[in-house]
Amino acid sequence: MIKFVLMVNRQGQTRLSRYYQPVELGKRAALEADVVRGCLYRKKEECSFVEYKDFKLVYRHYASLYIVVGITESENELSVYELVHNFVEVLDKYFSRVVSPIMFNMDKVHIILDEMIQNGHVVETNHSRILAPLSALDTLAHS
Amino acid sequence: MALKIVKGSIDRMFDKNLQDLVRGIRNHKEDEAKYISTCIDEIKQELKQDNIAVKANAVCKLTYLQMLGYDVSWAAFNIVEVMSSSKFTYKRIGYLAASQCFHESTDVIMLTTNQIRKDLSSPNQYDTGVALTGLSCFVTPDLARDLANDIMTLMSHTKPYIRKKAVLIMYKVFLKYPESLRPAFPRLKEKLEDPDPGVQSAAVNVICELARRNPKNYLSLAPLFFKLMTSSTNNWVLIKIIKLFGALTPLEPRLGKKLIEPLTNLIHSTSAMSLLYECVNTVIAVLISLSSGMPNHSASIQLCVQKLRILIEDSDQNLKYLGLLAMSKILKTHPKSVQSHKDLILQCLDDKDESIRLRALDLLYGMVSKKNLMEIVKKLMLHVDKAEGTTYRDELLTKIIDICSQSNYQYITNFEWYISILVELTRLEGTRHGHLIASQMLDVAIRVKAIREFAVAQMATLLDNAHLLTGNTQRNGICEVLYAAAWICGEFSEHLENPMQTLEAMLRPKVATLPGHIQAVYVQNAAKLFATVLRSQEGNTDRTAAQETSQLMIDRLPLFVQSANLEVQERASCILQLVKYIQKLQQKDVEVAEEVNALFAGELNPVAPKAQKKVPVPEGLDLDAWINEPPSESESEDEKPRTMFTREETKHSRPRHTEVDEKELAKRREVRKQEQASNPFYIKSSPSSQKVYQEAPGVDHIPVVQIDLSVPLKVPGLPMSDQYVKLEEERRQKDRADKKKKEKKKRKEKGGRRGKRDSGPESEEDITPAHMVDIVTEEMPENALPSDDDDKDPNDPHKALDIDLDRPLADSEKLPVRSHRSSEALKTMAEEVEVVAPQEAKKKGGKEKKEKKKDKEKDRKKSKEEKKKKKHKHDEGEEDLMGGQTEEPMVQSETTNDVVAPPPTTTAEVSDLDFWLSNAPVPSNSQEVAVTAVTAPAAAAAAAAAGVPPAASGSAPDSEPDEPKDAEVDESKSSKHKKKKQKKEKEEKDKKKKKKHHHHRHHSDGAGEESVQNGTVEEEEEPLPPMSNYCLLAENSYIKMVCDIQGNLQDGSQVVVSLIFENKCDSFLKAMEFNVLDSLNSRLQRPDGAGPHDGLTVPFQLPPGVSNEARFVFTVKSIVMPQKLKGTLAFIVKNEDSSTHEKLDFKLHFTCTSYLITTPCYSDAFAKLLESGDLKASSVKLEGVVMPFPHLLARICFHHHFSVVERIDSCASMYSRSIQGHHVCLLVKTADQTVSIDAKCDEPSLLSNVLDEIKLTFSQC
Repeated sequence: MIKFVLMVNRQGQTRLSRYYQPVELGKRAALEADVVRGCLYRKKEECSFVEYKDFKLVYRHYASLYIVVGITESENELSVYELVHNFVEVLDKYFSRVVSPIMFNMDKVHIILDEMIQNGHVVETNHSRILAPLSALDTLAHS
Repeated sequence: MALKIVKGSIDRMFDKNLQDLVRGIRNHKEDEAKYISTCIDEIKQELKQDNIAVKANAVCKLTYLQMLGYDVSWAAFNIVEVMSSSKFTYKRIGYLAASQCFHESTDVIMLTTNQIRKDLSSPNQYDTGVALTGLSCFVTPDLARDLANDIMTLMSHTKPYIRKKAVLIMYKVFLKYPESLRPAFPRLKEKLEDPDPGVQSAAVNVICELARRNPKNYLSLAPLFFKLMTSSTNNWVLIKIIKLFGALTPLEPRLGKKLIEPLTNLIHSTSAMSLLYECVNTVIAVLISLSSGMPNHSASIQLCVQKLRILIEDSDQNLKYLGLLAMSKILKTHPKSVQSHKDLILQCLDDKDESIRLRALDLLYGMVSKKNLMEIVKKLMLHVDKAEGTTYRDELLTKIIDICSQSNYQYITNFEWYISILVELTRLEGTRHGHLIASQMLDVAIRVKAIREFAVAQMATLLDNAHLLTGNTQRNGICEVLYAAAWICGEFSEHLENPMQTLEAMLRPKVATLPGHIQAVYVQNAAKLFATVLRSQEGNTDRTAAQETSQLMIDRLPLFVQSANLEVQERASCILQLVKYIQKLQQKDVEVAEEVNALFAGELNPVAPKAQKKVPVPEGLDLDAWINEPPSESESEDEKPRTMFTREETKHSRPRHTEVDEKELAKRREVRKQEQASNPFYIKSSPSSQKVYQEAPGVDHIPVVQIDLSVPLKVPGLPMSDQYVKLEEERRQKDRADKKKKEKKKRKEKGGRRGKRDSGPESEEDITPAHMVDIVTEEMPENALPSDDDDKDPNDPHKALDIDLDRPLADSEKLPVRSHRSSEALKTMAEEVEVVAPQEAKKKGGKEKKEKKKDKEKDRKKSKEEKKKKKHKHDEGEEDLMGGQTEEPMVQSETTNDVVAPPPTTTAEVSDLDFWLSNAPVPSNSQEVAVTAVTAPAAAAAAAAAGVPPAASGSAPDSEPDEPKDAEVDESKSSKHKKKKQKKEKEEKDKKKKKKHHHHRHHSDGAGEESVQNGTVEEEEEPLPPMSNYCLLAENSYIKMVCDIQGNLQDGSQVVVSLIFENKCDSFLKAMEFNVLDSLNSRLQRPDGAGPHDGLTVPFQLPPGVSNEARFVFTVKSIVMPQKLKGTLAFIVKNEDSSTHEKLDFKLHFTCTSYLITTPCYSDAFAKLLESGDLKASSVKLEGVVMPFPHLLARICFHHHFSVVERIDSCASMYSRSIQGHHVCLLVKTADQTVSIDAKCDEPSLLSNVLDEIKLTFSQC
């Protein structure tokens, strides 16, 4: 299962974090710093999977944004790698339409993420179905 | 309205929203903390306002701050407030905040229960969705218990969006509230076949996760998953299922056999790398679980290795990495298949990516053999030199040691080479693994006796050059090696060429800069060396040399006596006193060498690491019992604080000396000795414990190759191990040449030598080790416990989920319903309410139960229909891979016959699985292709093993999860070939029937009538004789045909004829053509375009002795009359030299029974049906029936497709339905060998025919 999803910028600052297994607040910062260190310093030609303690990190790099997913052994690395891309595609689809930077709309990113992953498991990968609640929310806000 | 908007925008103007906060934090990079603290103050103000919009905005900001690492737990209550807002826009902010900030110990969670329940049942699906998502993050055991029932209801919600979320969250609920697993599991299982792929995927996810932790409880789901795997096209789902199978196969190797084929098909066909990777992984897991006995075993492994090679060769680093990862799994069981790709893996060592290099290193570990060990290690040593970064170099170092030392140094043929490798490794700069090298040196020197001389020489050189190792303070890690060197030189000092020189080296003042524990070893071993030196010097006539040595000790040891390290100090002062005493004796010309040597006599043997643990606890010894009276609580309070005590201890360096006087000590020692002597479990230093130790058959006889041992270590930069590689090659060549010359003699000698050592799978290489390597096995205590108990984490939450899911649900196992809890609460509050509340609870409970039943029933119907549909498909020979997917959920319109799904017994469950597994692998697509000459003996044996006596499996009460499996059984029927299996299948059918009938009885129990008790059933029943519906159709000297005719529920005008063809002769039967002369009423279904008189080709050929089954579909118009159809089977008998055309005529008898379909029925529905008055009655009497009533019923059930509605004593009501929807009701009574059957049906001629047929059945037996 998926343990957490992090979005980190190039400076290593957390932009979004979602934990599917409870981690104490105090330990989160340390974990995030550690994880980020593990991924950020990897070169482009290095593979996207990092063994970290008793689990694995799968990360992808998009412009100034890193998306890091912590997974347990029971998850297929490649499918999570695809999932991250799928996630980014959905973000792209939504935010290019709304024309507002992701940075300021973290709550909406959360909605998207929650539609895709619940409980550490993938629930949805279809773009339009993922965006359905968000569009409903937007129409609600405009009306 | 307008005012409101204005007010809203004013609010927004004054309040910061999330965007402003994010921007603000960005703009205050220098004083971020200060800025945020002012923001938090603002938020606190905002939270005090009544406006929910303002609050929500504040909470939204808090969520962001929480993510940055600020504690916002103080706002928990405000979060709950926002959660309970009626507007979704705010509600979701509240839930988001809760899911991020709440955890199990957040106390306000208790307040949320009702709110969440309300949201869960909200008409707005997004409200429900957001509540479910939030809940999955902060569910507590209490919430799980209180909401389990609500969530379970949501699992059957009409909207798939809700269903999938509810299914997923159930996993968390199970974890927090394990009692919910069993009641919820049946419904969870249903969801595996949900029409919505998303829900299906969610269910697969949850069950996979559960099964991964406790696989054995989920083994019975294997057929269902198998079906999903072969039908699903969703890669996400497939990956999960395949992963699950990976976890199941170790428990059930037969499952693995079944999996190989569909998995290899997937490997061939899929374009998705993730799926391919998963398949390969599972195939590997399967092959690991099947240790042997797979016929195309090597083909699958080759396929995997091949595919992995493609991955590894790919330019995508991710694939390369995963390829190597998977390859290392193959390596464990099939090292040879991987070894052929050594080149590729060595290439990966040069990869830019460190993780890929590390993976490649892992692989190398398993790839070494005697032949290539030196070569591989040489490559690795080169990499060590090149490596940048100490982590990778350290990794290389450990890998080299791992590779060499694996399985008891199995692959090392030349230990001199290994020792020199170790010595070379000591030159590594900045390594942290000095202790690793040291322990290897020690291990080799102790356990490989023949190498000691060489090792000692090398170690002496090391000691001599200790300054090279210690010179640089940065190289601290490596000085551990000196620990080993000193010990080896001391312990095996008899091998030293120049002990005096080594002794001097060990007593150099520089030694005092080493870490304490190393100095201690130096001092102790200096004493050993001293003993050796004395002995050699006393042999001489010149006594002064010996005295000079003593003087050297006396001069140098005071340095160590001054050491701050307690151990060093103590040892040094002891030895110093000893040497002083020796010196005195020497001055009196007394020979002391013997006595001094006696101090260090005896051999040290290696002890297994687990030896201590394995010492059994002697009988009568209770380790938990108090030795003294337990101190009273007041005493413990009076105890001095710990810190004082320890501080005191550090003050006096040797407290024990001051405390106990000598006499007391001596006395105690004596007592202890005696105790030890009488205690059989004490590991004595007596020679008896050395029996494990294998005596070398004389080192002298071993042909040791002359090697120049004086390899100059002092010349850095010259890797001396290379010389050994060269020497070893020469030696091997020479060996080979020698062998040719005196083959015979050699073999004899070798046999003798090798006998003692455990020789692994190295037989392919005839490399004789250069040394007689006597690898001393590690010692174990005499009565060592064999148990290798793996220590599981007792805190693992999944442990609680290790629950038997096949056991039927007890009445007590219900999810707590709200009313129930409230009644409990009320009870404590007031007495009057107490009377009312439980009743209420009961009512609710009953209602719930009924609802559940209905659900089950629905589900059952569904699966039944599916089953039929499948059958149908088979018949038409369709090759529809997507069959499962395209199927729409069929909800039956007729609800007259209420059914409770027949619950299976645990044994039946198991045997079902056995049965499913015992089949030869089913082709992954549903076509019914003949498989010729099949069946591994294992499968037959398994089938035999599965043949549980019917009574045993039929007698226990059931629960419903059987249904899909039955479908599976039917499906797998198609691929059966052997007679034995047919029989088995029939037995299985019997069981099935029986199960149903039991169940119905059980049900009537529930209805409150006095009838057969569930428990008494077992004694009452005798085992049923095996029954079969297959009857002989025709037979000649070549072929035998048996057939079974069944109606098709899906299509009221179709009948399916299952024919088993058995080849009785020694020739090959081919080109079989089946043809029937159609009547007006019944026609054989032929493919489009075929003429009405064309035959159908049987889709298989029959080798001698083999049987196979084919199905044909007939269309019938009227079903009220039985009829016969004439037909012919034409075929070619092919011998080695000739082939002849043959044919066999037959008459296909469509009885009215074959139009009936076993349909279970509720007793109340049954009663209604009888009352309706639409049915015509008829009756029949059977005389002289001597069989137990249950058998009689079972026969009617089995042969005539009835089901028992209710049975009371010797009276039973039964029901069946025709394919065209006619109801057939029977009331069967028995008394004195007479059975009277009163029957009712809406079609009198059908009824009379059926009754005639029943009569016939009983007259025949």
